[in-house]
Amino acid sequence: MSNIPADLLYTEEHEYVKKTADASVVQIGITDYAQGELGDVVYVDLPKVGASFGRMDAFGTIEAVKAVSELFSPLAGTVVEVNGALEGDPSLVNKDPYGAGWMIKLRVKNAGEFDQLLGSAEYQKHVGK
Amino acid sequence: MPDTTFAHPDRFAPRHIGPTPADQREMLKTLGYDSLDRFIADVIPKDIRFPGPLNLPAARSEHEVLADLRALAGKNEVFRSYLGQGYSDCLTPPVILRNILENPGWYTAYTPYQAEIAQGRLEALLNYQTMVADLTGLPVANASLLDEGTAAAEAMHMTEAAVTHEGKPVYLVDEGCHPPTIAVVRTRAAARGIEIRVGDPAGFAFGAGVIGALVQYPATDGRITDFRALAEKAHAAGAILTAATDLLALTLLVPPGEWGADVAIGNSQRFGVPLGYGGPHAAFFATREDFKRHLPGRIIGVSRDAEGRPGLRMALQTREQHIRRDKATSNICTAQVLLAVTAGMYAVYHGPEGLKAIAERLHRLTAILAAGAQRLGYRVVHTAYFDTIALETDAATATKIHAAARQRRVNLRPLSATRIAIALHETVGADEVRALLDILAAGRRAPDLDELAQAKSAIPAALARTSPYLTHPVFHRHRSETEMLRYLKQLEDRDLSLTSAMIPLGSCTMKLNATAEMIPVTWAEFGRLHPFAPVEQAQGYAELFRRLETWLAEITGFAGVSLQPNAGSQGEYAGLLVIRAYQKAQGQAHRDVCLIPQSAHGTNPASAVMAGLKVVVVRTDAKGNIDVTDLKAKAKEHQAQLAALMVTYPSTHGVFESAIKDICRAVHQCGGQVYMDGANLNAQVGLCRPGDIGADVCHLNLHKTFCIPHGGGGPGMGPIAVAPHLVPFLPQHPLVNLGHPQGAGTVSSAPWGSASILPISYAYIAMMGPDGLTDATKVAILSANYVARRVAGHYGLLYAGEKGLVAHECIIDPRAFKASAGIEVEDIAKRIIDYGFHPPTISFPVPGTMMVEPTESEPRAELDRFCDALIAIREEIREVEDGKVPRDNNVLKRAPHTLADLVADRWDRPYSRERAAFPSAATRQHKIWPPVGRVDGAYGDRNLICVCPPVESYAEAAD
Repeated sequence: MSNIPADLLYTEEHEYVKKTADASVVQIGITDYAQGELGDVVYVDLPKVGASFGRMDAFGTIEAVKAVSELFSPLAGTVVEVNGALEGDPSLVNKDPYGAGWMIKLRVKNAGEFDQLLGSAEYQKHVGK
Repeated sequence: MPDTTFAHPDRFAPRHIGPTPADQREMLKTLGYDSLDRFIADVIPKDIRFPGPLNLPAARSEHEVLADLRALAGKNEVFRSYLGQGYSDCLTPPVILRNILENPGWYTAYTPYQAEIAQGRLEALLNYQTMVADLTGLPVANASLLDEGTAAAEAMHMTEAAVTHEGKPVYLVDEGCHPPTIAVVRTRAAARGIEIRVGDPAGFAFGAGVIGALVQYPATDGRITDFRALAEKAHAAGAILTAATDLLALTLLVPPGEWGADVAIGNSQRFGVPLGYGGPHAAFFATREDFKRHLPGRIIGVSRDAEGRPGLRMALQTREQHIRRDKATSNICTAQVLLAVTAGMYAVYHGPEGLKAIAERLHRLTAILAAGAQRLGYRVVHTAYFDTIALETDAATATKIHAAARQRRVNLRPLSATRIAIALHETVGADEVRALLDILAAGRRAPDLDELAQAKSAIPAALARTSPYLTHPVFHRHRSETEMLRYLKQLEDRDLSLTSAMIPLGSCTMKLNATAEMIPVTWAEFGRLHPFAPVEQAQGYAELFRRLETWLAEITGFAGVSLQPNAGSQGEYAGLLVIRAYQKAQGQAHRDVCLIPQSAHGTNPASAVMAGLKVVVVRTDAKGNIDVTDLKAKAKEHQAQLAALMVTYPSTHGVFESAIKDICRAVHQCGGQVYMDGANLNAQVGLCRPGDIGADVCHLNLHKTFCIPHGGGGPGMGPIAVAPHLVPFLPQHPLVNLGHPQGAGTVSSAPWGSASILPISYAYIAMMGPDGLTDATKVAILSANYVARRVAGHYGLLYAGEKGLVAHECIIDPRAFKASAGIEVEDIAKRIIDYGFHPPTISFPVPGTMMVEPTESEPRAELDRFCDALIAIREEIREVEDGKVPRDNNVLKRAPHTLADLVADRWDRPYSRERAAFPSAATRQHKIWPPVGRVDGAYGDRNLICVCPPVESYAEAAD
């Protein structure tokens, strides 16, 4: 069974949103379920700090050995930090998707959009479809 | 008494078709049928059945057809051609000719998807990539592209993807590029909405919208230009600079990577590959590290196997068209492996000193020729050149010279009415230069070579190469023929080809490549013709093309054929361009929507995008068929913009869909054309025809249905056949009139693609005749159904037609074993290797499944061995399910097994060595050992190495 922490929010495209100490900044990555489906991640193409995205815009791509997938921004906002460690070790996404395998930190433009994300129970239901 | 009374009793069709009539009866019995025809009647929908017979000449024997091809070859005249343009006559080292080009151990292998049984050609390709990287001075090279023109076009597409731009992109092209290159690039650019500006690079302006530029180094007229300043200008503007270049010249010239080019492309043909009247040849492509994820085509990379030993495999596959689909920036899905291997081995054989000596001798002969020409009063136009000179004279003299040349069976290239280019090559010696000077002397006394011995090098000092190349030991170790022969044999023995076992790859049609079909390919009269030699010297080829086109048109039910596309993907692209050109002529240029079923091969959407179309996906129903309701709805919805439907038949899932005529009708009613992907034509020949079904165009993979061998991953040929209304729009060529005035541009560098392998398909059709071809199709379908029936009950099977039958391939579904035993399709595939077979296609068309296409050529005994292996593997899975062996340490998870694994002192596995290595009686008779264990794809993709690693890395692994 994949790990779906109760305190995170999710998209149907398998990104998660984790709150940070700064209430207007969230951490974004892909879920444990998603990394399991993709298999060994070999490359993550991430945006530069300062890039802005609308809700569900593609902000990057993730490549496994035999699959490639776009990464979607769960919320509108501006990138304030990028996980540079993934460049040297993309397998962090497999090993620790909610921790060291995070992808970007986003300054959220519109807090109202949080309501459109899935809770853990809803996401669980989504992947169990 | 009719002559046929005395016909030799040996016929070809029974040699080509594996199962004997008695076998076929047994196989039919298994399926509950008592006649092949009744069986076929249940497979193919009645309303599309072709009543036959095909209007083709009656079958002839192998020897008769070889004699016929000899006669055709005799009508080709092999002049000495100094026509250049990326094609140079060369000397194929005989040890390479016989042991690679003419050797079924190399030419019958498949694309190296199963790395563990492909280490030989993977190493040969790594040599090729290393050679390209070294000579071009750019660190990342791919394992070859189709030809120089398409490689240049790929560089343009890569530029488009890598350079951020707004508005219509502009691409600058050197007027000194080879004319076919410019034509191919123009055609591609027009389809993608890129503006091409052709001009003198000295005047290139990198203004608004300019994404990059293509230059030729040395240029088509021989001139060598120093492009350092141009590279700086391009980079300052954020543009990408591509150099089309010549590997032999780069042994003497500063390589593009050192003067600032971002990409280098070109044709590696002159490294030992026959001219072949246009191909096949391997084009090369090299670039900087920054662009490695944008690189088109296949890349071979170094990784490691399960035991930590070095292992090679194809790297970064997520770049490829079959995965990116409509987001792909290229539709190339094959390479020219056989020819890349040949070119790489030419470098292995000669080494850096040998190559340099060949280049220096060639340059010296060129300089002597130039000095002689000058003495005879010609102006040598460029002072810096390598092997090609341009001579200026008056129009009357030029005419006289060309006529005199023809008299002496020599072809010179007219650049204009007053300018002549002469491109020398490896086969030229003192005699040839003397003959050329005699021609130029036009009756006067030609200067002696001795008088011209003072001729100076025309390589500018600033562009003389100083950096080393080919320093890896592999380019130094195999100088004697004994060593070379053994190296080639060692590599060959690491691979599984059709010479040792069935390769049941679904959608790939790995049938017999008969020896008689292959023999003519390397005859000088087919092999040594320059693609731009005057057509009157190639009358044998012309006749062969005419007949083959007629036969292919008859087989497909169409009116016209273009032999130009040199791969299936090229055929798709060409076919769509033809449709677009036709619609444009009808005032319907705005039509730009292409319907593609969900189940389509990923190349379809990639090709559609290359042709400038927008992809709309049509759903597939639960049975794997096109959802006709969804198709009709989408055709209607996009009625105003609908350009085409791309459909594979029988379907990608290996089923004769009964609604196909209805589907074609619906698309026509909405103003669209139907493009039929011919990947599965082997299930149609003689039984139904794309043209009758309602398609407007289809491509034919001659390397599948018509016996051109896969070459270990290329060459292929993808001609297109079209309905009468599309004939005027077939591809054309800038140098040879192909007679299509409204033609859809140029898709390949050579007018008839890879001409020299067309005799293979010609011979196949001629030897099989209409009945043999039809029988082959029937048996191909029978064999697939036989395999399906034999493994049913052991594995789930996906998709079948209305009567529970498949077409020429079947899909085995092992997905349930992931939950029940932790076994995935890859584990089964690797275990199949232990049983001595090439695994089927995995994860296409359905992820997690295997697709088996036995073809008509595999004998029943081999089909049974294969089915027995699959059934035995099912029992091995059962042991895991029953908990008798651990889920993570069992004979499947740890497959394939190498000899080194088995003889190691330590054995920590819960099964015996004997079971690992000899799971069947057949493996005791003939065992194919994989040289490496399971290769770790992720490790290699995370640490990309695509040139030969230093020898120490092998030593370390051995420790």
